[in-house]
Amino acid sequence: MRIVPFLVTATVTAGLVFTLNIQLKLGGTKAPRLGYFLSPQHGFWKNAEKVNTNFDATILANDLKGDVDVYMDDRLVPHIYADNDEDAYYVQGYLHAKYRLWQMDFQTRVAAGRLSEIAGADKLSIDRFFRRLGMVYGAEQTEAYINEKNPVMKATVDAYTAGVNAYLKQLAPEDLPFEYKLMNFEPEAWTPKKTYLFLMFMSYDLTGRSASADLQLTNTRDYLGYDLFDQLYTNQQDSLDPIIPIGTAYAEPSIVPVKPMSSDMVYLKKTPQVDIAKVVETPEAPDPNNGSNNWAVGGSMTKSGKPILASDPHLGLNLPSLWYEVQITTPTHSTYGASFPGSPAVIIGFNDSLAWGVTNAGRDVLDYYELKFKDTTQNEYWYNGAWKSVTKRVEVIKVKDSADVIENISMSHYGPVMFDAYYQNPQSNGKNLAVKWTALNASTGVETFYQLNRAKNIDDYSKAIQLWKCPGQNFVVATKTGDIAIKQQGDFVARWDRQGDFIMLGEDSSYDWQGIIPFEENPMILNPERGFVSSANQKSTDASYPYYLGTASSFPLYRGISVNQQLSGKTQLTAQDMQALQTNNYNVFAQQARPALMKFVEMNKLSQEAQRMVGTMMQWNLYNDPSEKGSTIFKLIWDSVENAVWGDELAGASIPLTEPESFVLLEQMNRDSNFRVADDIRTKDKIESLKDQVLLGIERATVKCIELEKENKLSWEAFKATRVLHLTKIPALSRLNLSIGGGEHIINATRENNGPSWRMVVHLTDEIEAYGLYPGGQSGNPGSPYYDSFVDYWAAGKCYRLLFLPKEKLKQHERTKWHIQFKKAVA
Amino acid sequence: MKFILSIVLVALVTYAIGIYGNLPWWSFVVTNLMIAIALPIKPLQSFLAGALGVGALWAGLAFGIDMANNHILSSKVAQILPLGGSYIALIIVTAFVGALLGGLASLTGSFVRKPE
Repeated sequence: MRIVPFLVTATVTAGLVFTLNIQLKLGGTKAPRLGYFLSPQHGFWKNAEKVNTNFDATILANDLKGDVDVYMDDRLVPHIYADNDEDAYYVQGYLHAKYRLWQMDFQTRVAAGRLSEIAGADKLSIDRFFRRLGMVYGAEQTEAYINEKNPVMKATVDAYTAGVNAYLKQLAPEDLPFEYKLMNFEPEAWTPKKTYLFLMFMSYDLTGRSASADLQLTNTRDYLGYDLFDQLYTNQQDSLDPIIPIGTAYAEPSIVPVKPMSSDMVYLKKTPQVDIAKVVETPEAPDPNNGSNNWAVGGSMTKSGKPILASDPHLGLNLPSLWYEVQITTPTHSTYGASFPGSPAVIIGFNDSLAWGVTNAGRDVLDYYELKFKDTTQNEYWYNGAWKSVTKRVEVIKVKDSADVIENISMSHYGPVMFDAYYQNPQSNGKNLAVKWTALNASTGVETFYQLNRAKNIDDYSKAIQLWKCPGQNFVVATKTGDIAIKQQGDFVARWDRQGDFIMLGEDSSYDWQGIIPFEENPMILNPERGFVSSANQKSTDASYPYYLGTASSFPLYRGISVNQQLSGKTQLTAQDMQALQTNNYNVFAQQARPALMKFVEMNKLSQEAQRMVGTMMQWNLYNDPSEKGSTIFKLIWDSVENAVWGDELAGASIPLTEPESFVLLEQMNRDSNFRVADDIRTKDKIESLKDQVLLGIERATVKCIELEKENKLSWEAFKATRVLHLTKIPALSRLNLSIGGGEHIINATRENNGPSWRMVVHLTDEIEAYGLYPGGQSGNPGSPYYDSFVDYWAAGKCYRLLFLPKEKLKQHERTKWHIQFKKAVA
Repeated sequence: MKFILSIVLVALVTYAIGIYGNLPWWSFVVTNLMIAIALPIKPLQSFLAGALGVGALWAGLAFGIDMANNHILSSKVAQILPLGGSYIALIIVTAFVGALLGGLASLTGSFVRKPE
């Protein structure tokens, strides 16, 4: 034996194995072990799916009560036929895991504040934020409640959980989803708590904006003083077209919230405050554009005489998609629609009697209360003239390659004390702030969908949504028997004017919530005279509704106007017309804002280039179609004018302040041309008029327009550059620069990374005619042709005809491709 | 003859042990070492046998998978790694890593016994 060469090569070999077996930091969450990652029998190559994969399979499962047949159609949508409900949810869980395991696992870990476990100390601030907001606490409340009080939901979620775990159990290490290999972590068993964590995450996504908005509004008010604040962040919307038509009469309120005596001085603070904040870091905030459209037209407006329902929830555009299509058929019901990987049942869809859809209500259900602690132990806080004790909740955050971080959270009677001596962000200003949030209360939200999946008529629909607490939604429904309705449902706080817009006083019970509005008093319309119902996140009612809805910035104004304009007075509508309306690019905001703006433009004072840009903008047809340049110029000019008008008022603050909404300036222009705020307060010797600011705004925007023109990026699609981003934001796994129109204020609400995440149109004919798609694909595997197979079709504004058939018919359908049999294993 | 036999054996055994996903991805390092001890050849030949055996196997497997996948995944991974999106470069890198490690393992084994 040649000892020296042996030892040398052995050391080199071992060193190389070691090097290739440690994580290679590629930036962000990408950190594969290179040798493992490249090994064709272990690593990513195993995830490269054959393009002509045969998905036929027979699966033995000992938790099933009977056999289940699943037929997969040509888009890889499973049609589940089971003999009983629990088996159906078991199989739904199994299929979610088979096609979306990494996403389910990753999203629920994020919701649970466990990202640092995978990604290390870099992500600690996100984890701490979610822990202290009470995400885990809320999921635990719901779990305990359902386990104790709701055996049917417990059985449903347990069956779903068993299905996910059955898939996990047979999953070979080399077949782990791609992202586990890229990020180097491993899946763990599913639990019912993870399902509730996922639903908490949706609550956060749809109502959590207040967690930052309330702080921002408080800071903005403190900086500007209440009077100027109330002008810039007015709650008055002149052009509002609410969900419930104007003029509808409301019953006397059963709760009359009383405004505390002290509120003008100590809450609204009608005198300017001093800005004391310091910038540290910004927290996570849900996209303010998470919104949606839905509507239903009655038989009087359609060609067939049967209702048509349309629903398109606008959320972040991600791969793998939030949605997974499925048909579930059991002896109790037959339902089709979009489901959430992570939760049983169909969330937005239809059954053989009715169709339903949701949009976000936008109501404020999260408030902050400022507490005064007795001492640094934070064991007692001042409340109604006495010291009140907290309980302590300990949460342990595991951190990869580092010591655990312990969060010792004080729990007040409001809820968790999110901000205190141990946790602050740039906007919390050193205050002790407790969170009160309806999402933290136990809820049986999943039962709402469970019941809607089975609903036969308006009564069933009403019973189902009565269970819904958070996030508040506008539930639209249309039935085969010809009923259409919409109701805004959730646990909504009976608020006095501006209650909860700002941080509230935690020491005085008169600032506490005075009640939750009863179900019967939440806004609803059934079969209205105008023949249709609709919602697009605007305020649900006019000012005659007896409760305060929340700040106007939570309610986008223009999409709703557009939907109602497009539907009013129409007859002979078809499902195709409704699809066309969902992708309608007409910009009703620009329709109003362009002439309002032009009132202030003195063309002869503009530079030649600016005149050319304004010319192009004037010739624009007001459609935000992909190739339009006028829409880009309009947006740049409008934003620039807004900046000229508001910029000076907001400029001095050292903390990020929210910008006023677009409607504020537009409605001000229409109301009054001598707008005091137009003056640039930084120029002492001159009083600028709106004309001056418009001129300035146009010239500034022109510079940007010319730059874009040179780069060939002035067309709307190039400027907007819509993208569907992988959850890790890795560009190679995302779809970038899609050719699609639409945008803010537009029915086709497709923005940069937010838009119609599922488009559905259901025609309630005897044999249901349904269309749908989402910007993604049924497989979550980036190595599958089904990973992004709907994206181009979605961008082109097209829709698939959905197959919704009884078993015998579906089995033989030409689009049915594969058969997965679940067989009860013989013990 | 032993050289050719070594290449074939390395490739076969590497493939066979790779089927067991619970074993570490580098298990072939151990088997290469054992093959080199069992079939002693000159060090340079041994290195080549290990490198060719594993390298060709990995190249072949990756190539086959990639063809059946229409380069869907490889073109994405070749942007992440980063290899300019070239699936060919990714297959070459894959084969190179396998070959280098396989060769070194076999070379190490060749120093244990003198070839007859």
